[in-house]
Amino acid sequence: MAGKVSGSRPQDYMRRRERAEGWDIDIVSYKLGERYLCEIDNVDPGARIARGEGVTREEAERSALEAARKRLAMTRRHSLH
Amino acid sequence: MGTYAHPEVLVDTEWVAQHAQDPNVRLVEVDVDTKSYEQGHIRGALAWNWSEELSDPVTRDIIPKESFERLMERSGIANDTTVVLYGDNNNWFAAWAFWQMKIYGHDDVRLMNGGRKKWIEEGRELVQDIPTVQPATYRAKEPDYSIRAFLPEVQRQVEEGKAALVDVRSPAEFTGEILAPPGLSETAQRGGHIPGAHNIPWGQACNEDGTFKSADELKDLYQRQEVTPDKPVVAYCRIGERSSHTWFVLRYLLGYPDVKNYDGSWTEWGNLVRAPIERGQAGART
Repeated sequence: MAGKVSGSRPQDYMRRRERAEGWDIDIVSYKLGERYLCEIDNVDPGARIARGEGVTREEAERSALEAARKRLAMTRRHSLH
Repeated sequence: MGTYAHPEVLVDTEWVAQHAQDPNVRLVEVDVDTKSYEQGHIRGALAWNWSEELSDPVTRDIIPKESFERLMERSGIANDTTVVLYGDNNNWFAAWAFWQMKIYGHDDVRLMNGGRKKWIEEGRELVQDIPTVQPATYRAKEPDYSIRAFLPEVQRQVEEGKAALVDVRSPAEFTGEILAPPGLSETAQRGGHIPGAHNIPWGQACNEDGTFKSADELKDLYQRQEVTPDKPVVAYCRIGERSSHTWFVLRYLLGYPDVKNYDGSWTEWGNLVRAPIERGQAGART
């Protein structure tokens, strides 16, 4: 949980696309108050699959990516034949 | 340039910034949980947890009328309150709440175009303060199920072939390659789609910033796939939240007269013993 935020604007907003465990993901991070927040979605269909927080962007993203990779690794592809 | 059929149900982020403190406007952030809300939300907004407050986990149904009335009352919503919904996850669960509020007959409910994503991308203020709410009195109408499809109706539509079924999931879910969106729990025994469904993923209705495409673009998107206003339309996805988003587009932005959200969706149909399905692209019945 971020430190109590009473009226802050998101700063240093950044969005980028990567691949993790064979799937496209969008990684969004920004600073809110004194903490960085990160959210990761699975691009298609766009569901958020992980969050992270930290005192730096790197820490927030590392935490979110770790959680995202665990979840994505459990997704099975099925043969259509 | 065409206009939306019901532009009054959509407000932009600037409108919300100007009206969030209006005493007759209740702003609610809706998501599958309230974690994003707890990190920071629009000043004055309450939170609704889809899993716990809008759904009944025992009956796998929307909450009953009495529970809906209590939710409105403790949210400070009276029958004449203007309710503005927004959320994370591309407004999917906000669209569900919109649909549910229409089932129970709330008159003035709107979506914030672009949802939480656009608000944050614009660098607008977020707070963690939870507003103090004066409880209201609320009387819901009897549920209007003309906007909700249950399983028997969908089965009949499949047999008759007169309705347009719109599967708004991703192509990989539609074909059966995956049983749930990457990273989410599988909730069906098998993959594929309801026979005869058109695959028009929800996101095709949106711009990159999460706002809805223009009326002309939306009209073209659906009509070139034979989803036209002269026939009944049933939208579905996995659990009914993405299809609420598409239901909103078809019913309120394009003004289709007969659109239903099948909230049982693939989690219901995909688990039915002996129900026909198709795998791969449309038309390959199993």
